[in-house]
Amino acid sequence: MSDSAAITAAHAVHAHHEELGFWRTYVFSTDHKMIGRQFLFLGLFMLVIGGLLAMTMRWELAWPETAVPGLGWIPEPYAYGGIIPPQTYNAFFTMHATIMIFFVVMPIMVGGFGNFLIPLMIGAGDMAFPKLNLLSFWTGLVSGIVMLAGFFVPGGPAASGWTAYAPLSAVATFTGVEWGQHLWIISLIILGASSLMGSINYITTIVNMRAPGMTYFRMPLVIWSLFITAILLLLALPVLTAALAMLLFDRMFGTSFFLPQGGGEPLLWQHLFWFFGHPEVYVLVLPAMGVTSDILSTFSRKPIFGYHAMAFSMIAIAFLSWVVWGHHMFISGMNPLLGTAFMMSAGDAMGRVHSFYRSHAFRSRLRLELSDRRAERHLHGLHAGRYLHPRHLLHRRALPLRRRRHHLRALRRGLLLVSQDVRPDDE
Amino acid sequence: MMRWLPEDVSTFGGEIDHLFYIIYYITGAAFILVTVLMVLFLIMYRQREGRRATYTHGNTALEITWTVIPAIVFISLSFMSVSSWGKIKSHAPPSDFELQVTAKQFNWEILYPGPDGKFGTPDDFQTDNDIHVPVNKVIRITLKSRDVIHSFFLPNLRLKQDAVPGRDILVWFEATKPGKYELPCAELCGFGHSGMRGWLFVHAPEEYQKWAQQTWAQKR
Repeated sequence: MSDSAAITAAHAVHAHHEELGFWRTYVFSTDHKMIGRQFLFLGLFMLVIGGLLAMTMRWELAWPETAVPGLGWIPEPYAYGGIIPPQTYNAFFTMHATIMIFFVVMPIMVGGFGNFLIPLMIGAGDMAFPKLNLLSFWTGLVSGIVMLAGFFVPGGPAASGWTAYAPLSAVATFTGVEWGQHLWIISLIILGASSLMGSINYITTIVNMRAPGMTYFRMPLVIWSLFITAILLLLALPVLTAALAMLLFDRMFGTSFFLPQGGGEPLLWQHLFWFFGHPEVYVLVLPAMGVTSDILSTFSRKPIFGYHAMAFSMIAIAFLSWVVWGHHMFISGMNPLLGTAFMMSAGDAMGRVHSFYRSHAFRSRLRLELSDRRAERHLHGLHAGRYLHPRHLLHRRALPLRRRRHHLRALRRGLLLVSQDVRPDDE
Repeated sequence: MMRWLPEDVSTFGGEIDHLFYIIYYITGAAFILVTVLMVLFLIMYRQREGRRATYTHGNTALEITWTVIPAIVFISLSFMSVSSWGKIKSHAPPSDFELQVTAKQFNWEILYPGPDGKFGTPDDFQTDNDIHVPVNKVIRITLKSRDVIHSFFLPNLRLKQDAVPGRDILVWFEATKPGKYELPCAELCGFGHSGMRGWLFVHAPEEYQKWAQQTWAQKR
C-alpha cells in the first residue's frame, strides 16, 4: 500500500470512529486512549478530595482544636463549628490514605498511563480485551462512588486506618462506624475486580500483541514497569479481596476470622494485608520509575544506561516483594524468629531496591543534557531534511532496530509514531 | 553529630541508636552525594549549541559495582540488626520483677503482683496508666489487650511492642536512670487513641521501696 493510500485509509477509519457518537466516544468508550484518560480524570478528581482531607488534617495538627476555615457546614457530631473531633480526624486520615493509594496513584499510574501507553508503545491496535477494559473503568468508578458514599452514611466513613487492622476494623463498636466501614470493604472488593480486569488485559496485551520485532527486551522501560505491575496486581489483589471478604463476614455475619474471643487471630489480617500490601508498594512506585527512566533518557537524548540491568532489577524487586511482607510487622507480636527471617529477606531486598535506585540515579545523570524548548527547536532544525526525529524517541538499546535494517523504516513509521489506524492488519 | 532522638535510658537502647545512626549516616551521605552530582551534572552537561550527547548503552562493570557495594552494605546491616534483634526480642533475661500491662480503649491497666510477688492472689494491685519501677533492674512485662491492638511504646527505653488481644506477649527493659518517661499508645486504637498515654516512673531502689510500701499499705 502506498503512503497516500494508507493516509486515505486512516482518514476513513477516523471518519468511522467519529460516527460512534458522544456516548460511545467519551463515556462508554472501548478505545484504550479514552479509557486511559477516563482513569486519569477519575484519579485527578479523587486527588482533589484526598488532598482536601490531607489539608484538613494538617490544619488540625498545626492548630489543634481550632475551626478549619470553610468547614463550618459539617453537621455535628462530625465537626463542631469547623472544629474536627478525633473521630472525624481518624475518618479523614483513613479516607485520605485509602483514596490516595487506591483511587489516585493506582488509577493514574496504572489505569491512566497503562491504558494510554501500552498499545501505543508496543505497536498494538488496542488492548487485547477492549470491552473488559471498559468494564474495568466503570467497575472502578462504581468502587469510587461506594467509597465516597461512606461520607454520607450515619457514623461517617471508615476510621480504622487504611490498613484496617482487625479487630479495630472487625467490630463496629470499636470505632463507632457501622456502614462506613462496610462500604469501605465493599468498595475495595469491587476495586479489586476492576484492577484484576485491568491487569489481565495488560498482561495479555503485552504478551500477545507486541508488533513484529518488538521483543521483550526492546520494550520501553515504562512498558516493563507496567507489565511487572500488572503481574503483581494479578497475584496480590485476590489475597486482599479474600481478607476483605473475611473481614466483612466478621462484621456482618458474626464469623470470627480475626476475633480472638471466637478463636480467630488478629495477626492473620496483618499477614494477609501485608502480603498484598508490600507488592502494592511496588505497584505504586514501579510505573513512576519506568516513566522517569524513559523521560530522562529521551530528553537527555541518550539511550537508557543499563537497560537490561533496569529491567532485571524490576523483575527482581517483583519477586522479592512476595517474601518481605513481615517487615511491616516487626512489633506486631509475631514470633521473633520469623522477625529474624524477615529482617534478612528485607535487608536483602532493600539492598537490591537500593541499588536499583542508585543505578537509576547515576544512569540518568551521566552526561545528561537538559532538553527544553530550546532543545526541541534544535531537534526540529536537525530533522528538517531527514527523518531523524524518531531516533530520539526510540532508544536504540530498547529497540536495536539496526539488526533488521530492512524493517527499520517500516517499523519506525508504522509501529509507534504513526497512528494505529494506518496499519490495516490491526483489526 | 545530630542527636535528636529522645534521651536513651535503656540498657539495649545504645545498640539500637547505633544501628539507627549508621543507617542514617549511610543514607544521608548517599542522598547528599546523589543530589550534589545531580545538580552538578545538570549544570555541566546542559544543552549547548553544537555539542552532542555521548552515546552509551551502559557499563557493566559500573553497574555491577554499584549493585554489589550497596548489597554488601545492606546484608551486613541485616546481620548487625539480627543479632541486636535476637538479644532484645528472643532472649529476655530472667528477673523477679514482673508486671502485667493490659491495654484497653483507652487506658493502660498496670497489674502488680503485690507483696507476695505472685499474680492471681488477693494482694494484686492495679493502677491505670502509671508504671512505677526501680532503676537498674530487669523488668519483665506481660502485655495483653482487652479489645483492639494497642502498641506499648516507651521511646526513652527504645521499646515498642504491640499488645494483641488473645495473646500474652513478653517484653522487658532495664532503665538506667530515674525519671518520668512517656508511655503513648503507638497503634491506632479508636477515637481516643491520641489521648491514650501513660507514664513510666523510674525510681532509685530505696524510693521505689518507699512507694511500694505506701501503695500496698493504702490498699489494705
